[in-house]
Amino acid sequence: MSESTSNPSDIPPDENGQEAEEPRAPQRVIGTPPPAQARTLLGEDEANGSAPVPRELPAEPDNPERAKRAERVVATCFIVSMLASIGFIAAYVGLQVHTVSSAANSNLALGVAMSIAFGGLGVGATIWVRQLMPQVELTEARKPMASSPQDRAEFAMTFTQGAEASGFVKRPLVRRTLIAATLPLAVAPLVLLRDMGPLPGTSLRHTVWRKGMRLLVYGPNTPLRPADFAIPGQMITVVPDGFQDNLDALAKATTIIIKFGPGELQPPTQMNWTVDNIVAYSKICTHVGCPVALYEHTTHHILCPCHQSTFDATRGAEVIFGPAARPLPQLPLGTDAQGYLIAESDYNVPVGPSFWERG
Amino acid sequence: MSKTTDAMDGTGRYLDDRFRGARSMRTFLRKIFPDHWSFLLGEIALYSFIILLLTGTFLTFWFQPSMTEVTYHGAYVPLHGIRMSEAYASTLNISFDVRGGLLMRQIHHWAALLFVAAIMVHMLRVFFTGAYRKPREFNWIIGIVLFTLSLLEGLFGYSLPDDLLSGTGLRITQGVMQSIPIVGTYLSYFLFGGPFPGNIIIPRLYVIHVLLLPALFLALITAHLFFMFHQKHTQMPGKGRTETNVVGAPMYPYFMAKTGAFFFFIFAVLALLSTFAQINPIWLFGPYNPSGITAGSQPDFYMGALEGALRIMPAWEWNVLGHTFAFNVFIPALVPLGIIFGGGALWPFIERWITGDKREHHINDRPRNAPTRTGIGMAAITFYGVLWLEGANDVIAAQLQIPLYLLTWIARVAVFLGPVIAYWVTKRVCLGLQHKDAHLLSHGVETGIIRQLPSGEYIEVTRPVSEETRAVLESNRAGAPQLTAPTAGEGADEIPAPGATGALGRLRLTLNRVLTEGIPLEDGHGNGHAERAAVTAGDHGQPAPDQGSDDHSA
Amino acid sequence: MSWIKPRRRHPAAGYAVLLLGLVIIGVVYAAIAGGGSAASAAMPGGPSAHDIAVGQALFARTCSSCHGMNAQGTSAAPSLVGVGAAAVDFQVSTGRMPGKDFGAEMPRKPVTFTQQQIHQLAAYIASLGGGPTIPSAAQVSPAGADMALGQQLFITDCAQCHNFAGAGGALTYGKSAPALTQSTPTQIYEAMLTGPEAMPVFSDTTITPSQKRDIIAYVTTTRAEPNPGGFSLGRVGPVTEGLVTFLGGIAILVFAAMWLTMKRREA
Repeated sequence: MSESTSNPSDIPPDENGQEAEEPRAPQRVIGTPPPAQARTLLGEDEANGSAPVPRELPAEPDNPERAKRAERVVATCFIVSMLASIGFIAAYVGLQVHTVSSAANSNLALGVAMSIAFGGLGVGATIWVRQLMPQVELTEARKPMASSPQDRAEFAMTFTQGAEASGFVKRPLVRRTLIAATLPLAVAPLVLLRDMGPLPGTSLRHTVWRKGMRLLVYGPNTPLRPADFAIPGQMITVVPDGFQDNLDALAKATTIIIKFGPGELQPPTQMNWTVDNIVAYSKICTHVGCPVALYEHTTHHILCPCHQSTFDATRGAEVIFGPAARPLPQLPLGTDAQGYLIAESDYNVPVGPSFWERG
Repeated sequence: MSKTTDAMDGTGRYLDDRFRGARSMRTFLRKIFPDHWSFLLGEIALYSFIILLLTGTFLTFWFQPSMTEVTYHGAYVPLHGIRMSEAYASTLNISFDVRGGLLMRQIHHWAALLFVAAIMVHMLRVFFTGAYRKPREFNWIIGIVLFTLSLLEGLFGYSLPDDLLSGTGLRITQGVMQSIPIVGTYLSYFLFGGPFPGNIIIPRLYVIHVLLLPALFLALITAHLFFMFHQKHTQMPGKGRTETNVVGAPMYPYFMAKTGAFFFFIFAVLALLSTFAQINPIWLFGPYNPSGITAGSQPDFYMGALEGALRIMPAWEWNVLGHTFAFNVFIPALVPLGIIFGGGALWPFIERWITGDKREHHINDRPRNAPTRTGIGMAAITFYGVLWLEGANDVIAAQLQIPLYLLTWIARVAVFLGPVIAYWVTKRVCLGLQHKDAHLLSHGVETGIIRQLPSGEYIEVTRPVSEETRAVLESNRAGAPQLTAPTAGEGADEIPAPGATGALGRLRLTLNRVLTEGIPLEDGHGNGHAERAAVTAGDHGQPAPDQGSDDHSA
Repeated sequence: MSWIKPRRRHPAAGYAVLLLGLVIIGVVYAAIAGGGSAASAAMPGGPSAHDIAVGQALFARTCSSCHGMNAQGTSAAPSLVGVGAAAVDFQVSTGRMPGKDFGAEMPRKPVTFTQQQIHQLAAYIASLGGGPTIPSAAQVSPAGADMALGQQLFITDCAQCHNFAGAGGALTYGKSAPALTQSTPTQIYEAMLTGPEAMPVFSDTTITPSQKRDIIAYVTTTRAEPNPGGFSLGRVGPVTEGLVTFLGGIAILVFAAMWLTMKRREA
């Protein structure tokens, strides 16, 4: 950017009646490129500013007839845009929402109006620039980015003088104590964040499942008897009784149960944790915690839709493909006095994604 | 007419009496902007950001950032009676009970996607033209930071409605966070205020999304634009363009008009998309529930590479001494994007170290003239692209009927092989194009006129390339100053250049050779075709005339 | 067409031709692709002995080559004893059966038999070993259903395979869970009841008939409702949205930028 020279006559005299002096720094001039490479050069203005400035931009476009036609096109675009904006306001006032189809109509009307309004402005402005403005190609000089050695030296001088004057360098006691003062002050805001959350403790190792808790079909929240779940190939999502509305609990305790035919379940499935060949696995993927619920009853694979970790439901949900490193934990099942399916205990390993303290 | 001029005169004087702005404003109005369509890509990002601010402000007037549960009885009938968070319910309200609400929501989301997409193509343009070189390294770093922040801003933004799809994304984020060694569980519990999902994450993300990150964006974008303004934009090579000038049209009225027109185009395109392309239909997802999930769970496209990285990773986990290293989670989370962002941020400095080029650069490179850089860029795009596609592998598998696991295996191979092949192919293509340029310069353009020589031979008449084309073809062939190390076989007694000694120095020399590989302009086998105009002596086979003042480089 | 002639060498002419070609291809493809198969609705009415006999004849002619003369199954196809009329109705009314092209799964295709023939086949198979019966129209009617419960059940137990909008999803080894856009209420009920191919079984004692109606109500209502935001882009989610961003948004804006900065040709 150019330097500005102050005009002495604008600055009032100081209290001693002295006129302000010219600033000490020499007047800078916008750099001029080598003549051979310039085409149309933006001229340097005369210092007094009152001499007539030579014309830099042509006044008229190159092809006046074409410009006249283009003018009509541009005007049409702007008028269309104006009408569309009015249409937008009319659509807003006239069209109500509150149902899906009326929201669809309102969105369509408002959106079309807005698109045309902005599109008309854009097209009109583009044609204006291309057809109505004379085409120019001008050249401006670049200065090298580095300051001149003189400027650098002067800056360095000002800076070091100021540093000396401040005493920051010469007085190590105040400098060091200042730094020492800012250190705990900088740490304090981090400390203020401690109460953002509780410490995890051992809470990641347990879910809310306890001995005797009934399995409820999630949704209707009804308990289930083995006889209700008797067809091989069945699968359903279940949640612990009493926690069906607690999302924090469900994020770890949601479970799927699958019914198999006789002889289909193999080790390492814990057979004494099954009831009538009904087996329960955690629905929380051991990769990063998505619910893993795509059960293919022909292949006995449980597929997680997030990253395609695949577990073999007949073999203790061990991993057969994908990024999950550990099998789905199995929930020990039993039945209560009324014959409903219950958990015999909590999961014996932490459910869900791995963590540092898991081991 | 004259009344208007008088009024403008009066206003001008009024302001100038107070600000002394005439000279600096005049410089501003006359500022030259080079003209190339690819220079407008950054503007797409800039204006999308402004539109995001406008539509986002609209949304904040109705959105409730709260996870308190309510029972829904609003306009969307299929969800009547369902328990959901206030955040979700208020988003349904905006979509169905506020006039223009759905349109504003959709524009906001499409603008977010366009914002990130524009940053990507703009960044690639800057990379492939070498516009990140001195003096623009800081602006490049700011750009990388803006890119990273935009990913976070988008992630937090689309998680605010607390719907099934974005809630699943938060679950994955939490699972990844939890896997970080030593601090993972603490970070997770602090961010979510306890176990997942807790009841405070949405309000916290809201503040970050609406206040903290936009403030950072405003500051960084302002700095980005100011630096570009102060250093002047780069320009494409051409006739009359040198390292010490800018050729184009002035800010007033040309650039202002063009940039204004482009702003309207961007707004129009966003409005069109929001009218005819439904985005993020949260009423179909349902409110977030950690027991439910949808097939085809993907984040927004800009997180696709992370998602793909998580899918592609084999099941590696170490359990040792009571602690778990979940490599299968934190490697994909940190490594691929770490390479891209870290590599990207460091690239200007790496290239400078290899080439030893300390000059200022204001003329863009043609990508073919920097074949190694272009090859590395294409390799990075391939790497990112393979991960991106893998992130959509279940959708691709379902739509194109390709087995799911096969796609993952292909991706596991392609993520390593693809970049190598891309680098090699790109480099060969660039060198081939350089051949073609050299051929054009030395042989001229074919005219289609066949002439028979007295000897009976038929030749095609060529004419020399136009001045403009010549300027473009010859651009930037000066190359970097050599490191002036002795070539093999020459005197081992010669003192090598500083920076070329030792193991690191030899590495530098090798990389230098690879990076500056190129086809010399003089092809050398002119075979006597007539009608070739004499080329100005001294222009061929030698470095192009001095294009900049070296003496100012540090 | 005389206005084309002077513009043949316009810088944008090539792009315009390319764009026109792409649009034509897209329109033609959209017109000829897709297309579904008709699906028959459930019809009540008990089968007669005549129906069973006709069904047996149809079975012998079309199905026995894979399923065995007595539907006992062969290496090519499973036994149909005990699968029930519901399974037959589902498989045949969606066109999956008779099976052709034995790939990873049987896709929906044009139906071979008439509605009456399908019921006769079903009656015959039911006579062999019982099994789930074809639900009545009242049993599958969405009228008066609890859509909120239907939504909950759908998201918990169906969406992981069929996607949140019933647009389908990928399974392992080349299988996929089909889209639910063309399934009739009867077919949805029968699929839940019989667990065709890889789909798990959701028996009436686990998801009761009333809850099945709730799910049917949710599926049929949401798939029929308009997309208020514009075209649905497949109701697949962010993948198609990302594609549209680049191919629609960025591409159009790049053209706009080219137009803005193009050097004007001298007239």
